[in-house]
Amino acid sequence: MTAVSSVTLACPAPLDASDRVQLGHGSGGKMSAALLRQRFLPALANEALAQLGDGSVVNVAGVEVVVSTDTFVVSPLEFPGGDIGSLAVHGTLNDVAMMGARPVCLTAGFVLEEGLPLDILDRIVRSMADAASLAGVPVVAGDTKVVERGKADGLYINTTGIGAADARFRPAPERARAGDAVIVSGAIGRHGMAIMAAREGLAFETTITSDSTCLVGLVERLRTARVDVHVLRDPTRGGVASALNEIAAASGVGVEIDETVLPVPDDVRAACEVLGLDPLYVANEGILLAFVPARDAERVLAALRSHPLGAGALQIGRVIAAHPGVVALRTSLGGTRIVDLLPGDQLPRIC
Amino acid sequence: MKYLTEYRDATIARPLIERIKRTATRPWTLMEVCGGQTHTIVRQGLDELLEGAIEMIHGPGCPVCVTPLEQIDKALMLAARPDVIFTSFGDMLRVPGSDCDLQQVRARGGNVRIVYSPLDALEIARRNPDREVVFFAVGFETTAPANAMAVWRARELGVPNFSVLVSHVTVPPAISAIMQSPDNRVQGFLAAGHVCAVMGWTEYEPLAMRYGVPIVVTGFEPLDILEGMLMAVQQLEAGRHIVENQYVRSVRREGTPAARMRVQEVFELADRKWRGIGEIPMSGLRLRPEFAAFDAELKFGLGDVHVNESSECHAGEVLTGKLKPPRCPAFGTRCTPERPLGALMVSTEGACAAYYHLAKYRESGDPAAAGAVS
Repeated sequence: MTAVSSVTLACPAPLDASDRVQLGHGSGGKMSAALLRQRFLPALANEALAQLGDGSVVNVAGVEVVVSTDTFVVSPLEFPGGDIGSLAVHGTLNDVAMMGARPVCLTAGFVLEEGLPLDILDRIVRSMADAASLAGVPVVAGDTKVVERGKADGLYINTTGIGAADARFRPAPERARAGDAVIVSGAIGRHGMAIMAAREGLAFETTITSDSTCLVGLVERLRTARVDVHVLRDPTRGGVASALNEIAAASGVGVEIDETVLPVPDDVRAACEVLGLDPLYVANEGILLAFVPARDAERVLAALRSHPLGAGALQIGRVIAAHPGVVALRTSLGGTRIVDLLPGDQLPRIC
Repeated sequence: MKYLTEYRDATIARPLIERIKRTATRPWTLMEVCGGQTHTIVRQGLDELLEGAIEMIHGPGCPVCVTPLEQIDKALMLAARPDVIFTSFGDMLRVPGSDCDLQQVRARGGNVRIVYSPLDALEIARRNPDREVVFFAVGFETTAPANAMAVWRARELGVPNFSVLVSHVTVPPAISAIMQSPDNRVQGFLAAGHVCAVMGWTEYEPLAMRYGVPIVVTGFEPLDILEGMLMAVQQLEAGRHIVENQYVRSVRREGTPAARMRVQEVFELADRKWRGIGEIPMSGLRLRPEFAAFDAELKFGLGDVHVNESSECHAGEVLTGKLKPPRCPAFGTRCTPERPLGALMVSTEGACAAYYHLAKYRESGDPAAAGAVS
């Protein structure tokens, strides 16, 4: 038997920065942030873009409007609880709402792959129309491009949302303050696990459905509660963990969350356990995070719970002055774990 | 769903933590061999909760961490071939090889797919008869039965375009190697419950005897691990050194004979390199000659691969408990989770990544004060 000390240590050379785009660049983690910082911002820099929120507030002939855009590349196109059409409406409307604005209209751009069955396209466009109609926000402009078979995954949609800014209700990622309560409006991890189960053909005892929905009505409850909501965020790509990290970094504060109160549904938790994933990093499309002064937490919870989409609202943590930029989780046993941004995609673990 | 809550009950865990602290008359150094246990320890902050009573050394039981660079480089070569669909468990995709990782190969056009089972890889092979499908068969005795089964089924079904790149390692030789090290600090082991569920624990009995070290077969939930720690500490305090089984709900002394048999039919023992540690004789598994047709190394004539290794990363010393990650000269500077020198910095549960995050936390503010501000 060879003793450990007698063998040579073996380690690889450092990784050079890749010269290609990788899937991890779209994960919402550190690779995404680096892509934005190193590739896009230097070339496109301007005052509005520098806000780095879900969108920007821009002045149009003396009127402040909010502009937000998002591109949807989900596969499969139809999944339990939704489809790419309604998702493209919800996602962008939610981004506009998270800036405290009232959505006014949407645009939609389509990239269609040659061979896409027209009945699928019909269903998706109808679903978009229903979602937009339900939200009371019309799609006022659009564009369609068709690419050769194999050059797109069936169908991609880009939506841009325009909203009327509200000077009295202006949540922003950099406004979190020590003492704020961190509130989540509902269960976490459903969208990402629904997509993963559908994509991988994984069979669980229950069908996990996406939480894809429009949060505009829920945000209206917060607006009318007349509370100074410091931050609003829908934790989509990268999940709750990534959203909290971005807010902690933007505000220069620490965030501490409590594992015992995190609302992870049993089916999501079980699926994550099987796949070795952490629900904190799994995407959501129908919940929001709100940072509010601790003294207003109960009022905010009551306002959220008065709406069906906020019935499960809970305080999951608080903002602290110590360890700025760091998100820590207090475990159910009383230990501490750092919840960092992932470098790239969350990968299923072997063990 | 009960298993998700029953073994995580804080009202049981907290008294157990106190009991461990009361039982330990001095700090004991234990090693959890398995990466799955490291995951629980880090996720629950158990090492922090037991500070002063137990020092945990995160052992070499993470297949991501110990798969040698040569095998990663071979995987990268195969994945880059236009005629190959390369399949792997997800967490192998970010492990750095000499030049890049599997994710980067995929970005350059390689057909790399994540699977959850080697049988899924076999199915891909059946559906793509015009492509070669290779599965990266890594892991300990835990993943070996399913990998053996996939090879067995491939032969049974006659799937000629399926093969496996084998990098299996086994636990007992690693325990021996660690205990034989002159500067070993490990005083007790938590053995991996799922490994023993397959193999049983008879192999561990001579090790406990020879090296005078308690070995407790332990599960993966927080209560399992705390109970395993308590059993190890009780042995150490009493001067005993036997194999005990904490994981009675899953593990029998003889393991699972059917799984063992399938592994023995398909694989045989072989010398194997461990990344960061080096070669340990007869510590791995390779395909038996009668399954050579499914051996990717033979099928693609990979032979010996020359690797570029740097001495900058001290993963071997970390894995064997001789070096705390923060004392590594590259820690947090030339080696970070975004730009890892070694696999221990890749996974969020790898020892180096765990310390990296802890260091970041402590540097950025006083945790005690942090708790007081609300």
